[in-house]
Order: sequence, then structure tokens, then C-alpha cells
Amino acid sequence: MGTKQTTMLQALNVALADALAADPKVLVFGEDVADEEGGGVLGVTKGLSAKAGTERVRSTPISEQAIIGAAIGAAMGGYRPVAEIMLMNFTAVAMDMIANHAAKLRFMSGGQTRVPITIRMMTGAGLATGGQHADYWEAIFAHIAGLKVVAPSTPADAYGLLRSCIDDPDPCIFIENLVSYSTKGEAAASGTRVPLGKARVAREGRDLTIVSYSRVALEALHAADLLAAEGISAEVIDLRTISPWDKEAVLKSVAKTGRLLIAHEAVRPFGAGAEIAATVSEELFGKLKAPVRRVGAPFCPVPFSSALESAFAVDRNDIVPIARSFMQSTSEKVLELS
Amino acid sequence: MDVGQPNSGDLLEIYRRVALLRRNDDRAIKVLRSGRLAMPYYSARGQEIIPSAISVQLRDEDYICTIYRGIHDMLAKGMPLNELWAEMAGRATGTCKGKGGPMHITYPSKGIMVTTGIVGSSMPIANGLAWAAKLDGLDRVTVAYFGDGASNIGAFHEALNLAAVWKLPVVFVCQNNRYGEHTRYAKTTGSPRVADRAASYGMPGLHVDGNDPIAMYRAGSEAIARAKSGGGPTLIEAMTFRFMGHVYGDDDAYMDPAEKTAAMEADPVPRFRAKLLADSIASEASLKIIEDAIEAALDEAVEFAVSSPFPPVGELTLDIYQHEVAA
Repeated sequence: MGTKQTTMLQALNVALADALAADPKVLVFGEDVADEEGGGVLGVTKGLSAKAGTERVRSTPISEQAIIGAAIGAAMGGYRPVAEIMLMNFTAVAMDMIANHAAKLRFMSGGQTRVPITIRMMTGAGLATGGQHADYWEAIFAHIAGLKVVAPSTPADAYGLLRSCIDDPDPCIFIENLVSYSTKGEAAASGTRVPLGKARVAREGRDLTIVSYSRVALEALHAADLLAAEGISAEVIDLRTISPWDKEAVLKSVAKTGRLLIAHEAVRPFGAGAEIAATVSEELFGKLKAPVRRVGAPFCPVPFSSALESAFAVDRNDIVPIARSFMQSTSEKVLELS
Repeated sequence: MDVGQPNSGDLLEIYRRVALLRRNDDRAIKVLRSGRLAMPYYSARGQEIIPSAISVQLRDEDYICTIYRGIHDMLAKGMPLNELWAEMAGRATGTCKGKGGPMHITYPSKGIMVTTGIVGSSMPIANGLAWAAKLDGLDRVTVAYFGDGASNIGAFHEALNLAAVWKLPVVFVCQNNRYGEHTRYAKTTGSPRVADRAASYGMPGLHVDGNDPIAMYRAGSEAIARAKSGGGPTLIEAMTFRFMGHVYGDDDAYMDPAEKTAAMEADPVPRFRAKLLADSIASEASLKIIEDAIEAALDEAVEFAVSSPFPPVGELTLDIYQHEVAA
């Protein structure tokens, strides 16, 4: 194909660099993001301060409330801040700024002010970071009116979605999976935008729909390969945006396949999968060939021990048996009926 | 730092604002008692001098961020009465279409950017507004108002530190009314003075009598000049007293009655009025004209508010995002 290959990490770096170059109102700041401090703890922001200057790409104190507060104020003052809250768990420290202010100022002001900020954060189990560095809290943010929640799984989506978040007139929570920073994929053409709220059919299929996002969307594709070997044709939908989620794309796919499995890394109870399952059940009750199934992590903090962590992290091996079982149970049911 | 001295015209303008805030409070209490309106009301009676003496030195393009006890801060900054009252009444004609309410008023054309119901949260956002002005090369000043209770929440420390490190053009104004909710200052705060905490951020701290218009004007003048000249933030602790307790309907049982009586006997508003007359800055007749005009404007505002329509239910799904998103 001749398309350029890149990594997730590099795609994010290029997206930020392009956004800074395209609009002088874009700001990038957070702990250690400038080059003197290493360009981010994992290098996502490397080289940005050298290009755009340390006034616009700025390392901050370890003060998450001050970081998000500064982002909100700068946004109201006409800027497009991209604030990095290193790890998703650290958003807990800044939750008042995110949930009570960024999310609500447009509504509470009757539309007089707006908060176009992007809050970047990494997370994900698999690197032995234990209980306070790896949670997936997308459902918490998706539950707050006023926020948009985005979680890419490929380098091209990471680029295009991050550019769209920075352009967006409302606050966006941008979730980066730590384990897949090195994941390779096609590089997006410079300037590409992936629209928020639009899912991607990552693989077409007939028998069941697997809805996922972030790292687990890649696992869903691997699961679909394994299922195909057994003669089960799975359609994989990468949601890309969790709030607002692409209801239309999911309903269209499930109307076709009649079976839905939702897979995410977050713990299963009260997860994003519950909202999707409920909506599909409401909208397509008569057309479902089987009950909607969900795959998520067990209801516990992210554990440290590798034996526990590997059992906790959702992967293709969690998806395949459930997909297989509900195909079997429906075929048995069909046999009983006939 | 340059410290300006208020001239007669400044003092008269400060008084006009003080009288407006006091009479607005009179009216709010009267209307709440009558039952014509119901709202959570956090009176700032007794604290009127502080925002009046600061705001006469600000322009419309200068920003303020204030808190739930902040109607005095907004009026001093130029908030129009009709829209304010309509917002307090939850009407479609309010500043925020009735969607914010008295604790969440915004009015950008007068620089009133955020009113927060969360203790301490005016300060981190003020930093961002100030940062934007600094990046734009403007001489715009941002004032963050908050109470003494907010000096014990993490946001205060994070915000003051960042403002100092980044030399942001912010003025942090602590209106020390001696109580955080129902608890006395000394029971909650290790430092005898909030202003002393400025030193730990490498920032100037001014401890001032917030009920003295001249002292308050001078403190504001110094802080504003520092912000405009690139000298960074200032923490002002303005000493005052809260006459009406934490929230309207509060029984004040936690207050020492003698302390409250003494504070109310030293009410800064009639004192300031008497001083203007004694110093021949204003005549009784000229003050009466100012006060009558305020009363007439309040009559109009209350009627405007209660006769305005409520917002339509369709507003529930508007202003959540710029483009409506189906739930």
C-alpha cells in the first residue's frame, strides 16, 4: 500500500505538533511535558516545546486542580488548551474542576461561556502499576453531561480524534492506552480529522456484533480471527467515542447480526457496556436472537501480581468463549423450536 | 509599587456601588420574606466596601471570578439589576436564562466570567483567564474573590503557587468575614492571618481593613498595578464581617452575639456615608439622589424578574454541548 507506518505514541506526538503549528491558540501543558523535563514521562510531548516555545508548551507543578483550572480559564479567554493529566487515576484529584466546572459552565452560563479543552491521560492494566495507575474510568466521565469521552485504538484514529478534540468547542476527555503506545498502524495523513461520535466498522461480519474501544477493540479483532476459524463471522465496531456514542452504527449492525457482545477493559458493573446493552435491548428487543452479553474486568481494583493482572485484563480469550457460547445457545434454541 | 489614592470622585463612585449592594441586599431579604421569590441566598451584608473599592479601578474587560456569596462582587463590577434579578428568579430573561441561578451567574460583557458554588474553585480558573491575557500581551487583570474558609482547601494552594511561578496577572482577594460556613476562623486555620500565607508562595500579601474604603482602594491599587506591570499576583486579605450568617434563614447560633452586635454597630456603610458628608465630598441631597435612583432601579428589577417568563423545558437539552447531542 505504501502507507507510512507509525506507532500510537508517535501519532499522538505528531497530532499535538500539527495542532500547535496550525493554531497559535493551542496550548499544551501538564507535568513534565516540556523538553527540559523530558517531553512527557513517556515522550508523547517530546520536541513540542522546542518547536512551539515554552510559553505554549509548558511544564507545570504537580497540581492537577491548578492544571485543569488553568485550562478552563485559558479556554474561556480564547485559547485551545490541551492539558495532560499524566494518568487517568490522577483525574480524581482534579474532579471538581472537571465535573463541576469544565462540564457545566456552558449550561450554567446559559451558553455565554464555553470550555474547549482537551484533557489527555494514559491508563491501562498490563504494566504492573497496581491499583492507582491503571483504571479505566470512561463510564464515570461519560455519566457527566457536558463532557465528551474519546478512546482511540489505532494510530490513525489517535491522530484524527485528538485533532478533532482540540477543534471541538466542548471539553473532551482523551484516553490513551499505555500498553498500546507501541502499537503500529497506518499513519494518518497530516490534518486528517476523525469525527467525534462516529464509530468505525473495523471488520464486517454476519453472525454477531462485537462493540469495543481502546485497546480491547484490537483484542476484539483478534477474537474475530479466532472465531472465523470456527466458522463464526463477527462484525467488530470500534466505538472510538464513548460519549456521545454512535448509537446509529451499533443499532444498524445489531439489526443485521441479531447478537451483541460489548467488551471493555473497565470493570463490568455499571460500565459503558451496560448503557449500550440497555439501549440495544430497548430499541431492538424483538430482533435480538440472544441476550446481549458484556465482557469487562472483574469488579476489583487493578491488581499488581502478574498472575492476577493477566486474569484481570480483558483480552481475546475472554471474548471468544462468550461469543461462541451465545452462538451455541441460540442454535440450540433454534433446534428446540424446530 | 505605585499606590493610588482615591480622589473625591472615586470615593463617591465607591459609595454609589456600596449603596447599590446594601440596598440590593435589603431588597433580597424583603422579597424572600414576602415569599415572592425562593432561592438559596448567601448575603454579603457587611462586606460591601471590598468589591466596590476594587471594582472602581477595573474596566469592563478586566475579569472577576467569584463565589456563591458573590452577588455584591458582581454588582460592584457592573452587573445590570434586571438580568440579575431575573436570574435569581429563574426566569428566561436572566443572565443565564435561569439555568445558573444566584450561585452560578456569568456575565462576560462586564467581565464576570465564573461564579462557583464550590469553595475555593474561583482561584484555579482565574489563573487560566490571567494566563490567556498574559499570552495575548494584554494588560487585563483578573480578580479572584473567595472567603477565609477557602484558604484551607487544596485549590487555594495549588492556584496561588501556580500564579506565583508563572507570574500571572491575578489579584487574589480573600474576604475574611471570620467564619467558614458555621465555624470560626481560629478553629480551622493555623495561620493567624491568611495574608501571611502569601510568603510561602513568594507572593506579596496585604492584610487590610476591608471595611475602610481608602485602605481597600490603596490595596487594590497596589495589586492591580503589580499585575499590569508584569509583577505577578498579590494576595489581599480584607478583614470584614458577615452580618447575615452563612445562608439566608441561618439562626446564627454558632456566633458570639456580642461579636456580631459590635460588628453591626460599626457597620461600614453608614460610617462611609457619614464620612463623605463630614469631609464635604457629598451633600445629603446628592447622596439622596443616588439612593433614590437605586431604589427605583430595584423596583423595576424585581417587577421585571417576577413578570418574566420561565425558561421553556426545551432548555434542558440546550447548552450542554455547542451542538445538541441526543442522550
